[in-house]
Amino acid sequence: MSTPFYVSPQQAMADRAEYARKGIARGRSLVVIQYADGIVFVGENPSRALHKFSEIYDRIGFAAAGKYNEYENLRIGGVRYADLRGYTYDRDDVTARGLANVYAQTLGTIFSSVGEKPYEVELVVAEVGSTPEEDQIYRLPHDGSIVDEHGSVAVGGNAEQISTFLDQRHQDGMSLAEALKLAVQALSNQANGADREIPAERLEVAVLDRTRPQQRKFKRIVGRQLSRLLQADVAKTEPTEAPSDLEETEDE
Amino acid sequence: MDFLSEHSPEMLPGKRALPPVQGHIEAPHGTTIVAATFPGGVVLAGDRRATMGNMIAQRDIEKVFPADEYSAVGIAGTAGLAVEMVKLFQLELEHFEKVEGATLSLEGKANRLSTMIRSNLGMAMQGLAVVPLFAGYDVDRDKGRIFSYDVTGGRSEEHGFAATGSGSIFARGSMKKLYRDDLTEQETTTLVIQALYDAADDDSATGGPDMARRIFPIVTVITEDGFRRLTEAESSELARTILERRLEQPDGPRASLL
Repeated sequence: MSTPFYVSPQQAMADRAEYARKGIARGRSLVVIQYADGIVFVGENPSRALHKFSEIYDRIGFAAAGKYNEYENLRIGGVRYADLRGYTYDRDDVTARGLANVYAQTLGTIFSSVGEKPYEVELVVAEVGSTPEEDQIYRLPHDGSIVDEHGSVAVGGNAEQISTFLDQRHQDGMSLAEALKLAVQALSNQANGADREIPAERLEVAVLDRTRPQQRKFKRIVGRQLSRLLQADVAKTEPTEAPSDLEETEDE
Repeated sequence: MDFLSEHSPEMLPGKRALPPVQGHIEAPHGTTIVAATFPGGVVLAGDRRATMGNMIAQRDIEKVFPADEYSAVGIAGTAGLAVEMVKLFQLELEHFEKVEGATLSLEGKANRLSTMIRSNLGMAMQGLAVVPLFAGYDVDRDKGRIFSYDVTGGRSEEHGFAATGSGSIFARGSMKKLYRDDLTEQETTTLVIQALYDAADDDSATGGPDMARRIFPIVTVITEDGFRRLTEAESSELARTILERRLEQPDGPRASLL
């Protein structure tokens, strides 16, 4: 009979964290940025059908990096939680904070339970308020902690580098086109300095738009509207470097 | 829905144990709902009265609700149960859309509502029936469609126009004489208000336009562009025009004899 090797709890947890972190870093990065009229989600996603971003409730959006089956599971759990809450009480009683707490509990339990492998996912839960000050963005790493973010956040891939890039350049009150341009720049900026081009059809873009008249503020930006927004950038930045207040307000 | 029935089944209509009947249960009832299609969409409208026996329980109840972006449901019958049923129906459509990433077909929505009505059969037998009218724009076939139901959940598609509730007999008669299949959106909204007026004229449980309190029927239009509810200004304008004509001709417009 063999005796199992002794592994210190510190070491065991460190190994699990290392495992999850590596899994997440293998995925493609995505960014979530606040702009004047809401929050925009931008990521590189070659698939048209498997989404990284999703609507959870009226004002709440969800973004995830890592293993698809694991975050899809969490996404559906979130939709159920939100819909049940909203049905039992009122639509206003579903908040990003509550949802982030549920996710943190789930991720934390899975991370520390010995029988299961930790989830290789990193989530972002964002809620758009009626003013930019009321916007909330929470980042949930694999171990079940919650980080309250402001302005911009990046997860998956080389998230740290992208976060630094965004932190230096993000400003409050950007237009959607500006925020989108910044996000694409951040995503195409690579560690070795060689920037690569991400074509529009490989981008997945969604917004939580507080100016949307409907109750449900989440909307995917696809096709012509996306290319129009991306073009608006080019037209704006090429002629002059001076900051322009020209704002492209896009409607469906 | 599956999740709800697993975790909190008591929240679902039809899953409650029924108390033994002791006399007659008095609860507010919604009255008349009408719908009519036109090329490019469908109109669904309802009066504003809820009755409890011979009493008017509420003058300004709202009985027409958007189910999702392309469909709406109008309710007749026990108001409390009907509103809850609509709430659950809305939730289910939205939940399906979010989880699956695609909307249900109009047919699928209509079938779902049918099951929900059937689950209320026990209550219906005790006098608490819910009989909605479902209308929507079918994005696959590019036309407006109407579905009517009976208490047992029997579903039937109506062509042209339909009505449900206590005043439905009169409303249907009115629309039968006025409806044409080439009406414009504007004409169709006028048609449904005429029908509601006729229903209110002959059925005491249906409320007509209330000029003194500024309470007008709720009129909703569903087209390719989605669900739209006429603003109070729009529906009051329509109701006012009709009322003015009725002051001269109390029975409304005459259809030709032959």
